[in-house]
Amino acid sequence: MKMIIRGGRVLDPASGRDETADVYIRDGLVSGPFKADKTTRVIDASGKIVAPGLVDMHVHLREPGYEAKETIATGAAAAVRGGFTGVACMPNTDPVADNRFIIEFIKKRAAEADMVNVYPVGAVTKGSRGGEMAELADMRDAGAVAFSDDGWPVMDAGVMRRALQYCKMLGAVIISHCEDKNLAAGGVMHEGYYSTILGLKGIPASAEEVMVARDIILAAETGCPVHIAHVSTAGSVALVREAKKKGLPVTAEAAPHHFTLTDRAVAEYNTAAKVNPPLRGEADVQAVREGLADGTVEVIATDHAPHTVEEKNVEFDLAPFGLVGLETAVGLVWTELVHTGILTPLQAVAKLSLHPARLLGIDRGTLAEGGAADITVIDPELEETVDPQHFAGKGRNTPFAGRKLKGLPVMTIVAGKVKYER
Amino acid sequence: MGGGILILFKHKDLLGLKDITAAEINFLLDTAVPMKEIISRPIKKVPTLRGRTVVNLFYENSTRTRGSFELAAKHLSADSINISSSSSSVAKGESLYDTARTIQSLGADVVILRHPMAGAAQLLAGTVEAAVINAGDGAHEHPTQALLDLFTVRERRGEIAGLRVLIVGDILHSRVARSDIWGFTKMGAEVRVCGPPTLVPPGLEETGARVYYNLEEALVDVDVVIMLRIQKERQQQGLFPGLREYARLYGLNRERLALARKDALVMHPGPVNRGVEIASDIADGPAAVIEEQVTNGVAVRMALLYLLTGGGDRHENDY
Repeated sequence: MKMIIRGGRVLDPASGRDETADVYIRDGLVSGPFKADKTTRVIDASGKIVAPGLVDMHVHLREPGYEAKETIATGAAAAVRGGFTGVACMPNTDPVADNRFIIEFIKKRAAEADMVNVYPVGAVTKGSRGGEMAELADMRDAGAVAFSDDGWPVMDAGVMRRALQYCKMLGAVIISHCEDKNLAAGGVMHEGYYSTILGLKGIPASAEEVMVARDIILAAETGCPVHIAHVSTAGSVALVREAKKKGLPVTAEAAPHHFTLTDRAVAEYNTAAKVNPPLRGEADVQAVREGLADGTVEVIATDHAPHTVEEKNVEFDLAPFGLVGLETAVGLVWTELVHTGILTPLQAVAKLSLHPARLLGIDRGTLAEGGAADITVIDPELEETVDPQHFAGKGRNTPFAGRKLKGLPVMTIVAGKVKYER
Repeated sequence: MGGGILILFKHKDLLGLKDITAAEINFLLDTAVPMKEIISRPIKKVPTLRGRTVVNLFYENSTRTRGSFELAAKHLSADSINISSSSSSVAKGESLYDTARTIQSLGADVVILRHPMAGAAQLLAGTVEAAVINAGDGAHEHPTQALLDLFTVRERRGEIAGLRVLIVGDILHSRVARSDIWGFTKMGAEVRVCGPPTLVPPGLEETGARVYYNLEEALVDVDVVIMLRIQKERQQQGLFPGLREYARLYGLNRERLALARKDALVMHPGPVNRGVEIASDIADGPAAVIEEQVTNGVAVRMALLYLLTGGGDRHENDY
């Protein structure tokens, strides 16, 4: 099986390459030039961007346990439609992915779906209950690429400290969902003017920042890397920026909704905009954008969190947190960050492929010869209005319905096979 | 309303006062004046809403608001039924959406909803064709309470614009405070709020209200004092140390009331915690208009039922 992607703008952040060129694929790998013959598929990519396959290091695939929200197969379909060739799935399934068997089950289901690379994230503590450590080494050997109690933050600093130390020998990063439960205290949206007039309980910015500061201190003391998931406040961005200046092993990701929307999106009690961490204020959105621009935030990840229509069509307090992100991420990155000049196309691609791949320690995120041919083709000028009814995933819970996006994935190639094409 | 007369209240629902104009509020209050006359008659019944169905859907206990709405419907000859959360399919775990669909099928013209969660009235309004009146949703709004407060002040003072209105207590959890802030601000009053900082939500100044933490300062020269009920459970949540200290700092007594204007009105949405937020002699004294508020509540709710069902522009022979 041979393929030539012709005449595209090839962006390979690993080498800094940004040029119009052809990309050759043979036997599932990126290869050196060869002559096209009858069996070669030639794809015209003129005017388009040819990038290493995008990796979303923060998704919820819901299987096992919540198959009404999403399955590994439907999540994989959403991923390739969104231009992603790899996704790292969080362990808050039922049962929790806190042991080798669940990790193996996820890998098996992903292989059956045969659509996208699925990288399981194992739980830090048993049942993600924040107490006893889970069998991290065993899970790593079974294929877990990182560890996190995402959704249930590790509140006990002693537990977090020991887990960071333990991970040092595994060479795996801990992804921290930073939320102090005592400060969040049952809040359902950002604390500010909108929570006040809507009469909804607020989650103060400090609920996130206190935990970000704690984890930075622990990373400094132990020398163990920590990755801050979905930063949402100006204070968090500033803390990570300071930590990086000091050379601490701290990294951070931001989600498209946190660099696009403010808490105003919650007005009218729109449960599609109920997400944790919550949509923040205008200054926070600006700070996340600045953090992305100056490199403080090196990863863009969606926190794709599908829910059923029934679960979301309830009183705001009762609706679950989370929104789907896989199928709108590239469009939002290009519309909000690239076309606005905040990121160059090469920087955007790096935050969506090379950087998450490096953090997870997976052999992806580059177009170097001999590597797996995971490739995403993006048309930076293509426009579309978001219509959740067209999503390949099961979730329709997006606050972006009706929003016009410019810059969309048009082809997703996984190991040399075209998995999505529009 | 006949041809040529502008109908100044054209909404399907009343969910809050935030999105209602001053002109609409005035129109509602004007409509409540003849309603109040009706309830002062020996036979308090007119046929205006004959054949109309009003559903009282109460997910929270309420004596005052529910009784007031029931009487308002009865005075206007509407048929009304009560559904409460403890004695219905709601208790079996039926969702608000499904309950709304059921009510829709029952053919209700008006649904009055009291619910412990903010935004519930909006969810209901988006699901049923009937007019929805928010009778209090969580800490969001309680617009009919604010309308009866406005009616009471307007009746006593003639004009609301230019008055200083102070709201004291647990602003954070109070839907009455939010509706009163919108209502009095829109009508041109200066609104002050006062309470411990742990019970005053952020961003309140953006609504136009001024925030005070010291009751003596806040009371100076005010025309209206609205005292809110403090709930003991807020103490367990660690928001204030206890009722004793609360009463010492925020209880309205004779000495403090003397700081307000001589003719100041004292209001309370009820039920009153005597000796906590308000001293008994004040609650029963000449400045208090707490019972008048209750009577006016029926009149205001009659006006609202009348306007939301078409404002009388349909007649029996139309059917």
